[in-house]
Amino acid sequence: MRFRTCTSPHIVPGHSVGRLMRQVLYALVPGTLAMTWFFGWGVLVNVVLSVLFAVMFEALMVALRRRPVMATLGDSSAVLAGWLFALAVPPLTPVWVLLIGTAFAIVVAKHLYGGLGYNPFNPAMVGYVVVLVSFPRELSLWPSPEGIMEASLTFWQTLQTTLTGRLPDGMDWDAITRASPLDMMRDSLVAGQTVTEVTRSPIFGSFSQTEWEWAGNLFLLGGIWLLYRHVITWHIPVSMLLSLAIIAGVFWVFDPDQFASPAFHVFSGAAIIGAFFIATDPVSAATTPRGRILFGVGIGILTYVIRTWGGYPDGVAFAVLLMNMVAPTLDHYTRPRIFGHSRDGHG
Amino acid sequence: MQLHRFHGGLKLPDHKAESTARPLLTMGVPKFLYVPLSQHIGAQTECVVQPGDRVTKGQRIGQAKDYICANVHAPTSGWIRGIVDHPVPHPSCLSAPCIQIETDGHDQWGEDRMEPWPDWRERDPRSLRERVRDAGIVGMGGAAFPTAVKLNPRPGKRIHTLVVNGAECEPYISCDDMLMRTHPAAILEGARIVAHMVGAQRVLFAVEDNKPEALRALTDAVPGAERDFIRVISIPSLYPTGGERQLIQVLSGREVPSAGLPADLGMVCHNTGTVKAIRDAVLHGQPLISRIVTVTGPGIREPRNIEALIGTPFADLVEAAGGYRPRVDRLVMGGPMMGFAVGDDAVPVIKGTNCLLATRPEDTPPPGPVMPCIRCGECTRVCPANLLPQQLYWFAKGKDFDAIQDYGLFDCIECGCCAHVCPSNIPLVQYYRFAKQEIWGREKDRQKADLARERFEFRQERQDREEREKAERLARKKAALAKKDSEPTDKKAAIEDAIERARAKKAAQATEPPPDRERADN
Repeated sequence: MRFRTCTSPHIVPGHSVGRLMRQVLYALVPGTLAMTWFFGWGVLVNVVLSVLFAVMFEALMVALRRRPVMATLGDSSAVLAGWLFALAVPPLTPVWVLLIGTAFAIVVAKHLYGGLGYNPFNPAMVGYVVVLVSFPRELSLWPSPEGIMEASLTFWQTLQTTLTGRLPDGMDWDAITRASPLDMMRDSLVAGQTVTEVTRSPIFGSFSQTEWEWAGNLFLLGGIWLLYRHVITWHIPVSMLLSLAIIAGVFWVFDPDQFASPAFHVFSGAAIIGAFFIATDPVSAATTPRGRILFGVGIGILTYVIRTWGGYPDGVAFAVLLMNMVAPTLDHYTRPRIFGHSRDGHG
Repeated sequence: MQLHRFHGGLKLPDHKAESTARPLLTMGVPKFLYVPLSQHIGAQTECVVQPGDRVTKGQRIGQAKDYICANVHAPTSGWIRGIVDHPVPHPSCLSAPCIQIETDGHDQWGEDRMEPWPDWRERDPRSLRERVRDAGIVGMGGAAFPTAVKLNPRPGKRIHTLVVNGAECEPYISCDDMLMRTHPAAILEGARIVAHMVGAQRVLFAVEDNKPEALRALTDAVPGAERDFIRVISIPSLYPTGGERQLIQVLSGREVPSAGLPADLGMVCHNTGTVKAIRDAVLHGQPLISRIVTVTGPGIREPRNIEALIGTPFADLVEAAGGYRPRVDRLVMGGPMMGFAVGDDAVPVIKGTNCLLATRPEDTPPPGPVMPCIRCGECTRVCPANLLPQQLYWFAKGKDFDAIQDYGLFDCIECGCCAHVCPSNIPLVQYYRFAKQEIWGREKDRQKADLARERFEFRQERQDREEREKAERLARKKAALAKKDSEPTDKKAAIEDAIERARAKKAAQATEPPPDRERADN
């Protein structure tokens, strides 16, 4: 009897790229829902539109590159990039900003570098940084939970705002937005207030503004689930959050009036979603275990530096992109000791 | 005993209960046997029988001609029907020379059967090693490396520990498990013989904890007085703990140096089946002519272990295990992680055949399309050699053979953990095999080129030398000529003398009266 031959292993494989990416998407759901709860329909509108655009650009590029379109879309990586981009930009961001951001993420950062597996930079962060530096005004309008509650924007009104870039009649941007905790901290410190004065404000919870804390907690939950599922390893999130907390702690102990607490830094802005969902993008991160620890430490420190002394309130996106640049170097210098070799790399 | 851990590894469903549920079956003698001349790592044996010869059981039919080689014996009595090209178990599906034996059913030993040595303790380790060599024993865990070579002492290395490898970590395979359950005393006797041969002071018998019956049988078979000498150790089930280097790390916490051997740590490691074969060769004078094969998988009706003669076609074994289930489309020799699919079930059992695994498309669907590597690092997490498989893949794909060796390609044991966990379906091990082959090929080419260059340079030198010598000869000749040129004065003088003499003679003649003829002319 004749048989088909093929290479080992002769056992059902446990993983697929699509399954990995989809698990990351599932892990994003609780945090995304929390953000929607606090910031209104705009978050969901962002996610749906950005994912739609990202998939569209992905299909276009894959078709242009003459690769199988459906098989490539099946890996869900474009969905993930679109989703992460959508969470980075404020709700109610005009549609053309989303379009430009996703175009940069997918077309330039991903496919011009060779597509999945070959992009040196995190596509979602490239898209975000491009719109952040190009459209600072649009990107600084974070709605406040109270503002959203009072305005009670319906889903359709939200969609309309996003599509037209204008609020429904009788509404005013100033009424529904307020500075995000990092913005607030930054501006207040510049204005001469102390950290304690800022955090005493009623909108602050235990560490940061309540809604950011909740979103952070739920993203943390998703991240822990990813760790449990072996989709990501502990190295990057732990080293990034630890280094952020440690460097913040050092300055905070040194002068608690001028420098915010470690907990504030960890639970504000993009720290948690960045640690578990963005910095852990395997393609653009370091790949050796020690390399990943250094990669995370670098992001944590750079995030703090940019937040505290840089020109932008949050620094996660820039920190991730900067560390993406050194990832290959980190990999080169952090090769694990091979079995049976001595430390200096010789047998 | 304190056990240790190696990096990575996989917990896999072991699927061993399927084949251990039925008792060990000893297969009858098939009508025809196809005994390949090469069943081991190393040189091919030389056929020492002719078509038409009658052979007896245990008669040597293939003679080792090299140090790394193993004799081949007739598994039963019968007639040699030919030395034919027959499909052999090899991933290439190619045929190779096999001795075709038509069996006579008598299973008769001949006069030349090796003498049983129940008194092996009195024997010199050297003669025991010679016996192992004569018996054609190879590593029976699958690698089939000639055992006598492994038993040879290495200068300056004292062996204190013999490790008997009963880990059998790969899923589905249960032939060692069955052997340990059914022949514990014989295996232990083999371990004593090997320990005597290598001078080991203790025997560590390692068995994975998913084989409680085997562990119990062995423990019960160790006499109380020997409990310090032979220790049966239950080790955690984790693939690939049965790899020699991994097992030694689990037992001793030490790593065999990359370019070294277990002997560097004073240890030597042999598979359970090999140890039993050594005992049979020493105690009964029986060469390696049969082995236990696990015939299993979702594609087999009655999975079980079968003791079969070397040379028995796979198809006969499957028949003995109840035949195939419908839709079987893959037949693997070895386990699911390191085994290879054969193209035909006419291929015979060889010394290294530990398992036949038959699967259907629903059990092992064809792998999905290969996707780009996303550098997720799962492969790094599971690699027992602590390599960076994703980097090796990158270099193999880019044919950067210097970098890939720098990243430890030759420390890869091809266990397949990385390929199993790869979400992108990349056949990683295939890339490493490719790179190894290329590097070996280039090494060979380089050696050839070196030889050619040496030859060329030698020839060039010879030609130069000849040229030089010719020039020297010429110069000498010229010099000789020049020397002669310096003589012409004498010559001329001689000629002039002669002319002078002639003239004088003429003049003298002129003064004499002319002869008559001259006068007549005038």
